[in-house]
Amino acid sequence: AGQDVGRSCILVSIGGKNIMLDCGMHMGYNDDRRFPDFSYITQNGRLTDYLDCVIISHFHLDHCGALPYMSEMVGYDGPIYMTHPTKAICPILLEDFRKITVDKKGETNFFTSQMIKDCMKKVVPLNLHQTVQVDDELEIKAYYAGHVLGAAMVQIKVGSESVVYTGDYNMTPDRHLGAAWIDKCRPDILITESTYATTIRDSKRCRERDFLKKVHETIERGGKVLIPVFALGRAQELCILLETFWERMNLKAPIYFSTGLTEKANHYYKLFITWTNQKIRKTFVQRNMFEFKHIKAFDRSYADNPGPMVVFATPGMLHAGQSLQIFKKWAGNEKNMVIMPGYCVQGTVGHKILNGQKKLEMEGRATLEVKLQVEYMSFSAHADAKGIMQLIRMAEPHNILLVHGEAKKMAFLKDKIEQEFNISCYMPANGETTTVTTNPSVPVDISLNLLKREMALGGPLPDPKRPRTMHGTLIMKDNSLRLVSPEQALKELGLSEHQLRFTCRVHLQDPHSDTDTLSRIYSHLKSVLKGYAVQHLPDSTVMVESIVLKVSSSAEEPDLKVVLLSWCFQ
Amino acid sequence: MKLYCLSGHPTLPCNVLKFKSTTIMLDCGLDTTSALYYLPLPLVHSPRLSKLPGWVSKDGTVNLEKELKECAGRVFVDSQPEFCLPERELLDLSTVDVILISNYHCMMALPYITEHTGFSGTVYATEPTFQIGRLLMEELVTFMERVPKAQSATCWKTKEIQRQGCILIVMLPGPLKDAVDVWSWRTCYSMQEVNSALSRVQLVGYWQKVELFGAVQVTPLSSGYSLGSSNWIIQSHFEKVSYVSGSSLLTTHPQPMDQSSLKNSDVLILTGLTQIPTANPDGMLGEFCSNLAMTIRAGGNVLVPCYSSGVIYDLLECLYQFMDSANLGTTPFYFISPVANSSLEFSQIFAEWLCQNKQSKVYLPEPPFPHAELIQTNRLKHYTSIHGEFSSEFRQPCVVFTGHPSLRFGDVVHFLELWGKSSLNTIIFTEPDFSYLDALAPYQPLAMKCVYCPIDTRLNFHQVAKLLKEVQPLHVVCPEQYTQPPPAQSHRSDLMLELQPPPVAYRRCSVLGLPFRRRHERIQLLPELAKALVPSEIKPGISVATVSAVLQSKDNKHVLQPVPKPIPVPPSKKRKRLLEEVPELLTPKPLLSGAIPLDAFLASLHKSGVTEVKVEETAGGHILHLQAEDALIQLEEDATHIVCDTNEPLRATLRDLVLRFLHKL
Repeated sequence: AGQDVGRSCILVSIGGKNIMLDCGMHMGYNDDRRFPDFSYITQNGRLTDYLDCVIISHFHLDHCGALPYMSEMVGYDGPIYMTHPTKAICPILLEDFRKITVDKKGETNFFTSQMIKDCMKKVVPLNLHQTVQVDDELEIKAYYAGHVLGAAMVQIKVGSESVVYTGDYNMTPDRHLGAAWIDKCRPDILITESTYATTIRDSKRCRERDFLKKVHETIERGGKVLIPVFALGRAQELCILLETFWERMNLKAPIYFSTGLTEKANHYYKLFITWTNQKIRKTFVQRNMFEFKHIKAFDRSYADNPGPMVVFATPGMLHAGQSLQIFKKWAGNEKNMVIMPGYCVQGTVGHKILNGQKKLEMEGRATLEVKLQVEYMSFSAHADAKGIMQLIRMAEPHNILLVHGEAKKMAFLKDKIEQEFNISCYMPANGETTTVTTNPSVPVDISLNLLKREMALGGPLPDPKRPRTMHGTLIMKDNSLRLVSPEQALKELGLSEHQLRFTCRVHLQDPHSDTDTLSRIYSHLKSVLKGYAVQHLPDSTVMVESIVLKVSSSAEEPDLKVVLLSWCFQ
Repeated sequence: MKLYCLSGHPTLPCNVLKFKSTTIMLDCGLDTTSALYYLPLPLVHSPRLSKLPGWVSKDGTVNLEKELKECAGRVFVDSQPEFCLPERELLDLSTVDVILISNYHCMMALPYITEHTGFSGTVYATEPTFQIGRLLMEELVTFMERVPKAQSATCWKTKEIQRQGCILIVMLPGPLKDAVDVWSWRTCYSMQEVNSALSRVQLVGYWQKVELFGAVQVTPLSSGYSLGSSNWIIQSHFEKVSYVSGSSLLTTHPQPMDQSSLKNSDVLILTGLTQIPTANPDGMLGEFCSNLAMTIRAGGNVLVPCYSSGVIYDLLECLYQFMDSANLGTTPFYFISPVANSSLEFSQIFAEWLCQNKQSKVYLPEPPFPHAELIQTNRLKHYTSIHGEFSSEFRQPCVVFTGHPSLRFGDVVHFLELWGKSSLNTIIFTEPDFSYLDALAPYQPLAMKCVYCPIDTRLNFHQVAKLLKEVQPLHVVCPEQYTQPPPAQSHRSDLMLELQPPPVAYRRCSVLGLPFRRRHERIQLLPELAKALVPSEIKPGISVATVSAVLQSKDNKHVLQPVPKPIPVPPSKKRKRLLEEVPELLTPKPLLSGAIPLDAFLASLHKSGVTEVKVEETAGGHILHLQAEDALIQLEEDATHIVCDTNEPLRATLRDLVLRFLHKL
């Protein structure tokens, strides 16, 4: 996903571990470029030896579409991590995708249903906030991302180094999902999507009002509304929106959604209600938001029924299936309307009509005149520029790496991030490697005695004006690092202390007796050396801190005093 | 490290652990067995209960006829039932930093702890524990508030009565003799207090590492007992305490127990073992089904007093399969509780917390529990109470699941009054928390059949012994009840914990000093400091380096930074200040170790230009006379003495030579 949307697949090497983040396909291609280039990882053979784990952030095909290809056709047997909802929904979408490519387009050399099943057997489900120990050193943790049901951000940690990968996320709660959240985990690198790197979207309420108004107007004048959707995600949000609107306005026109996947999808939402937003979770016992009163299953024959109706039909880009069939039936009537709630890939009918094409060539040389109204409305749940900045503020990363966006927009965001946070920001292209050097501190076990003594000496509050220096000995043995007081180190290592003393003699003339001389020296030193401990000891010595003074004289020359000064090595 | 034990009930524990600088409360169970001393609270007026004679002591000196009533030869308190709280005087509850909840049965005293005590900490629980715990509290409050009692009896608790009333105590159900804490018994909390208490809960997931003040890390582990039930690991970098509470190794609906994470604990606190160690849950389930079938076939009704969550899910699942095979597919099940619907709904949305085979159902997508199908096919119906729809819709014979298992309040009271007189009907006890004889006491004489099949899936002594052998904790702490066989089966030495070293036993109000000492703490050396260190090898494989650094302690995290370079102070001004600071910056005497080999030392002396050396042997070593320089060096095994007069450069040279042979520490 380097400087590009689609085919998300990122390889992270951290502390000697290799992790693959997402394994997606590109919707816009039908050739080899559809899947990531796995030969980039290893030229020959299986990926199992090279990868420690694979993590899938959510069930969209541009994030998991290449998974069976990677695990079954290229060869990978290690763990694949994803959340429960992703694990539940992802195989259905993969199977759907396979059917379209193999059965409809007749492609061979593609993964089979069995491969999808085998691939899913390698999946280890991931719970939010659970710390999963992949091996002794590598741990991963998932955070709520809000983009679709079960979307997650992941933190990958080896020792003191860590990386956070956001997948796709959304920082504003919508009608059925909550907002992404992460704690202040201060990762070394934050890998974030940047689909809407330059946009700050207008308020969601406005877009919703707009949408409802258009639907309502069409219904009022007796027209039919077609909403081509993908089975999961936006469909549910729009269903909730229409459901509540119908209830409030007391509308009678029927709403249908095409049978099969969408219906099943609602069921998934019901069972994974803990992954939806606060409001839905709170009220689900009294009223499950995904049990729609006004929305009924669609039957093919209903399309010809007279009178207004709203139909949700799959797929979302009008390239095949039920949505296209209905579109063909309704296209000729200008009273009708089609609302495209998402992005359409080039070449699809959806893309053509959005570009204002009025005559479509159908198979069998027939042309279709498009008279109905065409509306585009983006309900895509990605974070906008504001949201991305908000997440950066939340996690406080040391470096940022932008993926899943267009190069130009990324460059703009990169500048903005570097300006505002003063941290380095990267935006590698596909196949490019970015290396970030970390500067980890060294964990050491300190003896509690030493630490407590030091903390007691430091007083209850640290004093920045008077830094205290602590002294200790670091013992390095096998693989352990322990910091202890020097005395303890001697004891532990079975060493005895070596005393190093120095002595020097000073001669001076003094007529007094030895003891008097000493007292005179004592009182002099005491007056000169303020702030030092000067002591007169009973065994006729004077101590200045640790320096010992002694006075002696010989019998022959009682006036020539010899002052012995003796001190320890400091 | 200290452990304060606030509850004597082994399966409803409440302990407080003081570890490092944190105060952690482990569970706060509410002992509701005290309700057994009270008269049942009927939902509709019961002439039988209202006509009971008051109690007056035989000699007539104590008259409590308003508060105590005689029923079927026993004396009961006629009042709103009260519950036995965890001890609140042993330590100041406002100092508790966090409360860790292991399962929803062990959080029922939460409002008593968090409200009106000055508690200002955080409560950690998993989402199912939180949600179902809330339902159970809500249910309890509704049961109590639905049938308000005009009077609340307090006279019987007063000291004089208790002292005089030895007779009374004898006449009350046996265990009241032990129930010395009657003063601390309290009536139920209000919904407002529940909400306020629950607002302090922070949700956690299994294996989520939660940092407490940077000092301690706590982690909940799956315990296999109920939805979202957990054991807790409380650890620092060097010490590990495991808290095991209500765990199960049986395959029921929850996620299986994680045993391996409990390994290498310094202390393992063990609570919540099975209360019925002699009964096998599978056998009990079989007995439950066969008794149920027998009653229904004979045209009677079955009453199952139970909690609104937990074993009921397993019972429904078991009956779902059993009823069809027993040809009783048309018998209706009724689940009556203010929270029946919520409980059934919630059970279906916690797929992540369920066992593997239930989890995989969600992927289809199908509801994990078969009771969804029972509801859909109208075989299981749920009602908030016996009032309203239920009375018009209910058909007999039927099976009724309802609470409360103490038989003192809730809808179950009504069914006992209704069905108790017919021997066709059966009451089947499945909850192990209450003695069924005591529970039934105020309903005697009873014609209804009674079957006791307690289902307690928690660990039994055999399983616990195996578990402890596996995880090898250094010390085990447990309630005193586990260190001796149950009083009723005193010969069964297999129904107790036998360990080497013996477990540390606690009882209510014990304060235990846990037997281990902390020796180390984790500290971070900043990379700049680490780079500046100069290690030297002292012994093969062991290197040392002296570290002089500034210690920074923040949020219980310690960091060593390099010593900042002293800022040059202009010498003229503030001379006094400078003088003051000098001793502080002085490094203390470094410790030296090692010995100085004579020959090598002489050689190096020679190299640095000292040639005239006279060596004299002494008792402890050698004395070197440096004749040209008029200096003496006294070499001993662990001491060196350099005597030289005013020649400073010479002294420095000699010092450096000597130091070359020694290690600084």
